[in-house]
Amino acid sequence: MKKGVAITGMGIISSIGNNVEDNLNSLLNYNKRIAPLSSIESKHKGFIKVGEVSLSNKLLADHLKLTSGKIYSRTALLGGIAAKQAVEQSNIDLMSNYDTGLISATSVGGMDITENYFNISQNDDENIKWIGRHHAGDSTEKIAKLLGVSDYVSTISTACSSGANAIILGARLINSGKLDRVIVGGTDSLTKFTINGFNTLMILSDKDCAPFDYNRKGLNLGEAAAFLVLESDKLVKLEKKDTLAYIAGYGNANDAFHQTASSVDGEGAFLAMQKALINSNLQSDNIDYINLHGTATSNNDLSEGKAIKRIFGDKIPDFSSTKAYTGHTLAAAGAIEAVYSILALQNNVMFPNLNFKTPIPELQMIPITQVIKKKLKNILSNSFGFGGNCSSIIFSKS
Amino acid sequence: MKSCYINSIVSISAQKTFEGTFFFKEIIAHKSVTVNAIHPNYKNLINPISSRRMSTGVKMGVSAAIMSLKEANIKIPDAIITGTGMGCIEDSEKFLNAIIDNNEQYLNPTLFINSTHNTVGAQIAIALNCKGYNMTYVHGASSFPLALFDAQLLIHEKEAKTALVGGVDELGKEFIKKVIRLEKMNSEGIIVPFSEGANFFLLSSEKKINTYASLKNIDIFHKIELHNLQEKLEKFLENNQLLTSDIDAVVLGLNGDAYDSYYYQLQESIFKTIPQIQYKHLSGEFFTASGFGFWISSNLIKKQYIPDALLINSIKKSEYNNVLLYNQFKGYQHTFILLTAC
Repeated sequence: MKKGVAITGMGIISSIGNNVEDNLNSLLNYNKRIAPLSSIESKHKGFIKVGEVSLSNKLLADHLKLTSGKIYSRTALLGGIAAKQAVEQSNIDLMSNYDTGLISATSVGGMDITENYFNISQNDDENIKWIGRHHAGDSTEKIAKLLGVSDYVSTISTACSSGANAIILGARLINSGKLDRVIVGGTDSLTKFTINGFNTLMILSDKDCAPFDYNRKGLNLGEAAAFLVLESDKLVKLEKKDTLAYIAGYGNANDAFHQTASSVDGEGAFLAMQKALINSNLQSDNIDYINLHGTATSNNDLSEGKAIKRIFGDKIPDFSSTKAYTGHTLAAAGAIEAVYSILALQNNVMFPNLNFKTPIPELQMIPITQVIKKKLKNILSNSFGFGGNCSSIIFSKS
Repeated sequence: MKSCYINSIVSISAQKTFEGTFFFKEIIAHKSVTVNAIHPNYKNLINPISSRRMSTGVKMGVSAAIMSLKEANIKIPDAIITGTGMGCIEDSEKFLNAIIDNNEQYLNPTLFINSTHNTVGAQIAIALNCKGYNMTYVHGASSFPLALFDAQLLIHEKEAKTALVGGVDELGKEFIKKVIRLEKMNSEGIIVPFSEGANFFLLSSEKKINTYASLKNIDIFHKIELHNLQEKLEKFLENNQLLTSDIDAVVLGLNGDAYDSYYYQLQESIFKTIPQIQYKHLSGEFFTASGFGFWISSNLIKKQYIPDALLINSIKKSEYNNVLLYNQFKGYQHTFILLTAC
């Protein structure tokens, strides 16, 4: 079995905490934070339930010591906070010592700014400059600037699997020797655009979401950012770095079925998990716990469940979705769930799938609903998205 | 690095590049501020039922992808990798306007579904029933080179034998007006027209009779200071066992703005005595315009001549073996791409 790519730092900001420790405490204490929308001026304010980060843009900008918070989209601010935490934990002094890259994933980019300035008058020369914040790469460039990364900088957008794909790409760049160190992750802020988009698709639940439950009514949206520092073995040895965990393997596949719906038999999800197992040289019975994609939409959970059954047969490991804590954080989801998987490995604990009552009849799969201590060696984390983009990553203990 | 061959090239652009395999049959000179791509008859390329819901960018991308596979005689590639700077801006702005105009009511879900950046990659996967590796890069002017970089890496890792790679951006209607206004407020803004296009390529680990060139290497830099440019470039060439004197032609992303100084510096120094090529006056500027530059570079190596409309200086060479493509946007997103005859 190969060791994989070392993870030497991680950072996170989500509705259940502004750093790694707060997120862990919330997970262990069943503290979900899903509440009616409060910070965005919208018709849905006070109604649609979401997972919002408690800090305002002003506070986020202050935290990053920015002179004017207005220069950065919320996506960039959240990403900046999480990426800085990761770099801090990894104890990196000078970015230029090693070939360092940054890969960020986002689905909304600067949409939070665009939707407020889009209908300004053509003659409004003062506010027209915000338009430059729109494209997805802008948020990543802001994070690159905050961290001081100047060479390989990249942005990925494969809908809800974006964060996982950023991690996978980073691992590939290290494995191939292209880079010594890559900061990888994802960031997405809540926007009126996405809230209305998911609302018109009629896949938002008016209640707290209940992944893998028979009576699930859809997902809750959330906002978050999380980043990891990945480093080559050479660097880890040379610098005598502590490792948090390893990326043992990964798989990326496409469902090639429908722009938004998953196939009935979960073909894309099945292929992603299968590829991840092959890539890590692990067998399905080496997996101790699965952090599900588990969005709580009717379609995803059924399709993901079927794919899991196809991989694991009647020996399905313990599994749960953490989306009931944070909401579905879109491009950040794969990254925050990577942090949760690493925390699970470090603490030998599995986090509960909240709000679950009744199994889906076709699946009869019952997730973990309590905090359970168990010795964990390998964790599979799933991330699937619109456009059939399916990715799976296996995290292993240091 | 394992060899990586360019086995087909397809361009939908503001020039007549889509039909046939000409290296420009005629040149269209652009005078307006925005120029639409010359769109083929999509009915002949995409199922009309699917095409009805597709925005301009998706139609361009799917069509260029299909033609690219056809030219390379490949049914299903091992990977589909796309790059787009602005994503599906057409449907994004429609959905945004609907939110604003209708006070978040009576919205059309199709617009939202198609606004996602990975729509082109997804629609190609669905059209081909291709379940392999699928990725979308959305990093401004680096979007297309990042997609190429990934394809080369996949082939190097032996994860793929064939990879379909493309860059696509659509002009849209409203966002672009603001971009233009912003450029005009700047005394040294972009001069070439703003445009759109889809440039798709089939990369393969195998050389074929119709191979255009070999993709030698790519490097991507978030930021380079002007005074460091030459050193970075020389290092890139050195990593590929080349000297600047080995480069037979350089393809530059000049767009008329103040940051053309980056290109000037190379034109006046290390590349002074070789053919210098520009293309954005023909393709227009858009985030994935370097895909058009890649199309030109591939054609140049295969056909061994430079059409006059592309040449900045009057230097020509008898042979073109190593071609360097350099692009940047506003001093950021610098990319070097090296192609070699094979």
